[in-house]
Amino acid sequence: MKFDTPAGTNPIDNKTVVGRPTSRIDGPLKVSGTAPYAYERHDVVPHQAYGVILGAAIAKGRINRIDSAEALRAPGVLAIVTHENAGKLGKGKMNTAKLLAGPEVDHYHQAVAVVVAETFEQARDAATMIRVDYARTKGRFDLMEQKDAPLVGGSSGEGSGAPPIDRTGKFEEAFAAAPVKVDVTYTTPDESHMMMEPHATIAAWEGDSLRLWTSNQMIAWGKGDVARTLGIPADKVRLDSPYVGGGFGGKLFVRADAIMAALGAKAAGRPVKLALARPMIPNNTTHRPATMQRVRLGAGQDGKLTAIAHESLSGDLPGGGPETAVSQTKLLYAGANRLTSMRLAVLDLPEGNAMRAPGEAPGLMALEVAMDELAEKLGMDPVELRIVNDTQVDPEKSGRAFSQRHLIECLRTGADRFGWNRRNSKPGQVRDGRWLVGMGVAAGFRNNLLMKSAARVRLERDGRATVETDMTDIGTGTYTILAQTAAEMLGLPLDAITVRLGDSDFPVSAGSGGQWGGNNSAAGVYAACVKLRGLVAARLGLGDNPEFAGGKVTGGGRSVQLLDAVKAGPITAEDGIEYGDLDKTYQQSTFAAHFVEAGVDAWTGEVRLRRMLAVCDAGRILNPKAARSQVIGAMTMGAGAALMEHLAVDKRFGFFVNHDLAEYEVPVHADIPHQEVVFLDYPDDKSSPLKAKGVGELGLCGVGAAIANAVYNAAGIRVRDYPMTLDLHLDRLPTYRA
Amino acid sequence: MKPFTYTRAKTPAEAAAAVAGTPGAKFIAGGTNLLDLMKLQVETPTHLVDIQDTGLDRIEKSADGGLRIGALVTNTTAAADPRVRRDYGVLTRAIVAGASGQLRNKATTGGNLLQRTRCPYFYDPNQPCNKRKPGSGCAAIGGYSRGLAVIGSSDACIATYPGDMAVALRVLDAGVETVRGDGTKRTIPIADFHRLPGDKPHIDNVLAPGELITAVTLPKPIAGRHFYQKVRDRASYAFALVSVAAVIRPDGTGRVAFGGVAHKPWRVEGADAALPQGAKAAAQLAFAGARPTEENAFKLPLAERTLASVLAQAKG
Repeated sequence: MKFDTPAGTNPIDNKTVVGRPTSRIDGPLKVSGTAPYAYERHDVVPHQAYGVILGAAIAKGRINRIDSAEALRAPGVLAIVTHENAGKLGKGKMNTAKLLAGPEVDHYHQAVAVVVAETFEQARDAATMIRVDYARTKGRFDLMEQKDAPLVGGSSGEGSGAPPIDRTGKFEEAFAAAPVKVDVTYTTPDESHMMMEPHATIAAWEGDSLRLWTSNQMIAWGKGDVARTLGIPADKVRLDSPYVGGGFGGKLFVRADAIMAALGAKAAGRPVKLALARPMIPNNTTHRPATMQRVRLGAGQDGKLTAIAHESLSGDLPGGGPETAVSQTKLLYAGANRLTSMRLAVLDLPEGNAMRAPGEAPGLMALEVAMDELAEKLGMDPVELRIVNDTQVDPEKSGRAFSQRHLIECLRTGADRFGWNRRNSKPGQVRDGRWLVGMGVAAGFRNNLLMKSAARVRLERDGRATVETDMTDIGTGTYTILAQTAAEMLGLPLDAITVRLGDSDFPVSAGSGGQWGGNNSAAGVYAACVKLRGLVAARLGLGDNPEFAGGKVTGGGRSVQLLDAVKAGPITAEDGIEYGDLDKTYQQSTFAAHFVEAGVDAWTGEVRLRRMLAVCDAGRILNPKAARSQVIGAMTMGAGAALMEHLAVDKRFGFFVNHDLAEYEVPVHADIPHQEVVFLDYPDDKSSPLKAKGVGELGLCGVGAAIANAVYNAAGIRVRDYPMTLDLHLDRLPTYRA
Repeated sequence: MKPFTYTRAKTPAEAAAAVAGTPGAKFIAGGTNLLDLMKLQVETPTHLVDIQDTGLDRIEKSADGGLRIGALVTNTTAAADPRVRRDYGVLTRAIVAGASGQLRNKATTGGNLLQRTRCPYFYDPNQPCNKRKPGSGCAAIGGYSRGLAVIGSSDACIATYPGDMAVALRVLDAGVETVRGDGTKRTIPIADFHRLPGDKPHIDNVLAPGELITAVTLPKPIAGRHFYQKVRDRASYAFALVSVAAVIRPDGTGRVAFGGVAHKPWRVEGADAALPQGAKAAAQLAFAGARPTEENAFKLPLAERTLASVLAQAKG
């Protein structure tokens, strides 16, 4: 189905199932521990052996020699694969660094070997017996030493992108002439996805065919890159990933667990099960790259922006790309004179890549604090500053409107709900016992991406329907919204729908990433259901466009049980959604207003959150319950980014030092206060027949800045370096009275 | 994890004899730290003697009016004991400030004293670490040292003792009862129990090989308000940047110990004496001769401010 004109009225608008707060249909499996994750699929193939990866002990250099003799003699060891016996390997299209080192080592903990043994413990022990002789070479590990790195354009692959340098109007002249301006530089650190489920795979060969039971967000990408890396035809590879215990972008790509399990299985002649050990994940896999961002804003006394510049520096391995931290600045506010640019340093740290809301997540942590700084200079309310700079068109192409944009309503609704009028605009004035208390606001922004997505829907003989697509559910609620979509389209109750996901033999979907999964995969199911409805109508002789409701099909003056259609056998329809240029004619984005109340301990500088509110404008909300879960989870991730998460770089040895969950701190329950989420719920007819948009990342975008702005309001401490741990501002706290 | 053998002892003396007589042997109780370190091959015992059947799981009144907490009493049980809560509030507060509910259910009083540093370089067997591999060097010096020691450190090691419970025990002047392989018993004052790193940072404490902790003894209750304030990057389940254990009397006198700053719970007598003069005076004495790194120098003003906060609460 081609979607190239705005959606008219369609069965989704009935909202008998879609749009209702619906508990996840996979919820009981999840909470009872019976949803089988990759590492737990003991039943899929017999005689599974265990694989353990040995990671490189250096960041950059060469492997001179690998001595596996002792390890090979260790009890239970079946095989050891290194670059010396792996055969010729390619590199995945989506991977920057290859997944098996040798002889060159590209980054710390890059896989050097996989040991396959009868038991996990045997494999783990034997891995430590492999002697690797390395020749270290000097690496580049300090981003701040490369502030003049070359200008590079790029796309996050997740919707954010920008050319190396982009100009509209005359920024420098306008900025020089602006009566009120800010010129500030912010830094954000490297961050790790730290999803609960580690990367894990079971690999089994049948002749020259490979099956992988794995944990992956993008099945078709994965299938292609497994084939490319191993040098086998893609049709010999089958991936299965029905449950994913979190990904956040860390599982967009095939990683070492899948490739090393496949190599180990081939060498051992046995299926191999392999998970990355937690302490290996931050350095072996990808991470969100650190940035340094300079923001310059010039405005008139009325607060209207006349000059906007956002310049970002990040680093990556050779051949990698920039963190696209400037992309939202191209679209968020009006202003005639604009400049964005990105510089990319070459670093020999692990691979930087997409992590939830790549680009916007760190970009808004700079831009939206700069807006707060500007509001203060103007003596203007920060909510009003954002409102006066709203734009309904792409500021760089004034003929191009937003498909929808209700940022002003987000801000006004949020201000009203949060009691913003009680905020004292002078910092450091509100005290609650030991706490200095303040409120902050920030806008949230993230694009809505259209990606083609296919599905197969089968009406079974018993009147139930089965949906099959290689779409994944990474904890987002995909199972449920696809079931809701099919139920709505076929006039069936939710529990009459079975959804099967994550198998590369199913029709290719949009996959899970860039907050594009929900809208596009549901639109794919919609397309398949439209086709199925046609087949049903034809079989029942009910004319062109009958209604499906309550288990009946009604058309041409007749009403027939849907079950009658499958008396002669099941009916299957396969189709997908493909898009025209509605995302080029219109700018499709999602918007939020984040409000935060924070406390700063006047004695110790500890920052603790007290209240959070997000008002979201993200099209039709397909399942308010699942969407709320996505947004509060994202707000929690934003709190982590603002307050504690950072990978500490050892600039001598070139690795992330705090590479486990004891030392890389993410928020715990005690860190998260009451969170409120409001959805404006305006269907967007340009986005898809569902009229929905992405929402899974929006909740993260801007929340860190709202926290930073609340801290400023609380204690007069302006945060420009994240995370805002107390050591950075201890000297700016009020002096205590002894 | 290296392969190891495993036995269970019936009595403390039998356990001590078993470990003393077996090279490479270690005791195991809750295992909340040891097993993690074994998986990383930071610890590589060849034999484990499980002490969970040795009956050291009681809290009893002692003859001198104090309490005797068996080495196997879990952190949860010790913190919840009504006598501990009533008379040794600093201890309850310190214990519940540490780890998580699940870990405290499993972790024991004796094991808690023996938890090893959380220095990230100690946890990464690819990196030099004099504590893990004597003579290999210290990667933390000149490296990521934000959480590490500011005082009492050496050129060989800047690790911190990570626990909370022992900081409270230090302020209470607790004792550590032990039994050795030959059956001899002794009580080690908590002040002397943990070592400074010096040139032997691989040795955390003064226990002899095979010497088993059987109990922690608390003296008679110490009058005053009990405080344990722990400062950390997140609200729970994090190691202290700085912690302050204190008992403060109405007249402003009292005692104070600091956690998160040294290779052992840090207490300086002179600082106790200076408490009535305020946090600045007491902290100056407590941290005289401090040698922080650039990354952790903030712990010195933080310790002073945290103590000031405690003293303000004591007044209030």
